[in-house]
Amino acid sequence: MNMKNMKSLLAIGSFTLVAVAMQGSAIAQQVNDPKFNKMIKDGFKAEGIASLDRINQDATQKFCSDPIFSGSKQGEKMREKIQKINMDSIKQPSDGKYIGDWKKGEAIAQSGRGATWTDKADTPIGGGCYNCHQIDPKEISYGNLGPSLTGYAKLRGYSQEIVTYTWNRINNSKAYNACSNMPRFAHFKLLTEQQMQDVMALLLDPASPVNQ
Amino acid sequence: MQRKLSLGLASGVVAALLTVSSSVLAQKSATDDIAKYREMIADGNPSELYEAAGEELWKKPAGPKNATLEKCDLGLGAGVVKGAAAQLPRYFKDTNKVQDLESRLMTCMQNLQGRDPQEMVDAPFQKGPKKDMEAIVAYVVTLSKGDKIKVSTNHPKEKEMYELGKRAFFFQGGPMDFSCASCHAEDGKRVRLQDLPNITTQKGAALGWGYWPAYRVSSGQFWTMQQRLNDCFRQQRFPFPIYGSDLTMALSMYMAKNANGGTVETPGLKR
Repeated sequence: MNMKNMKSLLAIGSFTLVAVAMQGSAIAQQVNDPKFNKMIKDGFKAEGIASLDRINQDATQKFCSDPIFSGSKQGEKMREKIQKINMDSIKQPSDGKYIGDWKKGEAIAQSGRGATWTDKADTPIGGGCYNCHQIDPKEISYGNLGPSLTGYAKLRGYSQEIVTYTWNRINNSKAYNACSNMPRFAHFKLLTEQQMQDVMALLLDPASPVNQ
Repeated sequence: MQRKLSLGLASGVVAALLTVSSSVLAQKSATDDIAKYREMIADGNPSELYEAAGEELWKKPAGPKNATLEKCDLGLGAGVVKGAAAQLPRYFKDTNKVQDLESRLMTCMQNLQGRDPQEMVDAPFQKGPKKDMEAIVAYVVTLSKGDKIKVSTNHPKEKEMYELGKRAFFFQGGPMDFSCASCHAEDGKRVRLQDLPNITTQKGAALGWGYWPAYRVSSGQFWTMQQRLNDCFRQQRFPFPIYGSDLTMALSMYMAKNANGGTVETPGLKR
C-alpha cells in the first residue's frame, strides 16, 4: 500500500471514529449532575402525606427522566431490563379472580382523587382512568393522553391471554412499555387487588357499557 | 355592583354552556366555552381588583424601614415597572442569582423595606404576606400586557438555569411516576376536557407562560406563577415545592425562554 492510500485510509478511519464518538455523546445516558441533584433536594419540603422520599427515583423513573436516551436505539437494552424488572414485580390475583364488578370499576375510573399533599392517608385513591382514556362512551369528559378503551373487549375478545395482558397492564404498565405514561397501580399500592378486579370488569365484562 | 352583577350573569351563562353537554361539544372541548366567558367579561377581568390593590401597596411605605417599593429594580432599572415582567426571569448582579418576578420582589421587600423574605416563603398562598405579593404581582404583570416575551439566556447563569429547568421538566418521581412532561410534552393532549399546552414548543410555552399569572374562575382567586407551579406539583403527587426555590426559577426559565416571541397576555383569565 502506498503512502497516499495509507493517508486516505487513516483519514476515513479517524472520520468514522469521530462520527461514532459524536453519536455516542449525542445519545448516551444522562450523566449525574450534583448541581441538579442539589437543586431538586433543596427545592422541596415534605407536606402532609407527600414525604420527601417521593423524589428518590427508582431505576424506572431515573431512566424515563432522560427521554432522549430512553427512546434511543442505544437505550434499548436498558429499556428491556426496566420492562423485565416491572414484569417480574406483577402478582396474579391471589384468589384467581380477574373480573370484579364493573359498576364499582366505573366509580374507580371516574375518581382522580388521592395521594396529593391535600389528601389524607386514608383518602381513597381513584384510578383517574378518565383523565387520560375514553372508556364508557356515555362519559364525554375524558382525556386523550392514553388510547381510547371504548369497546375494549368487544374489539380484542375475552380470551385468557387478553385478560392476563390487561391485568398486567393495570398492575404495571411499564412491564410492556418502560416509559409508559400510566401509573404503576399495584407497585405503588394506588389500587387494591379488589379495585383492580373491578376496573378489569369495566373493560372485560360483556355486560359493561364499554362493550355494548 | 354592576360589574359584580354582570360577572354573576356571565358565570351563570358559562355554567349553562358547560352543562349543555352533547358529544359534539365534548369533542370541541371546554376551550370554546372558556373563550366565550372571556369575551363576556373582557372589560372586567377580576384581576383588576388585585392590580389596583397592588399599585397601592407598591406606593405605600411599609416594613421595618417604612419604605415604598417604588425604587425596586425589576431588571430594567430602579423603579421601572413597565415591560419588566416580559423579560423575567433574568440574572441580577446584586444578588448574583437568576430570579423570577416573585423572587425579585422578595429581594426588593428585604432591601428597601427591611422585610424578612422567609416570612413570605413560609406564608400560605392567598393569606397574610402572600396576599400582598399576589396583588403586587398583578400590578407588575399588567404593565407588561401586550409586550413580547423576551427572556435572555446570554448570561452563563441564565443559560445554566435554562438547562437545569429543562432537566427538571422531565424529572419523574412520586407514586404516579409523573413529570411536567407527562402532560406537557405532546401536542393536542387533554386531561379530561382540559387542554394541555405542549411546553416543549414555542407555541405551547407561550400559551402557558404568556397567560399566567391569571385570575382563576374555578377558585375565584388570582394565582401567581409560583402558585400555578405549586399546584402542578401537587397534582403530580410530588412533595411541596419551596416558594422561590432555584427549582422554580429553573422551570420558569425553561418555560419563559421557550415562550420567547410570544405575547404577554397577563393577567390571564383561566378556568
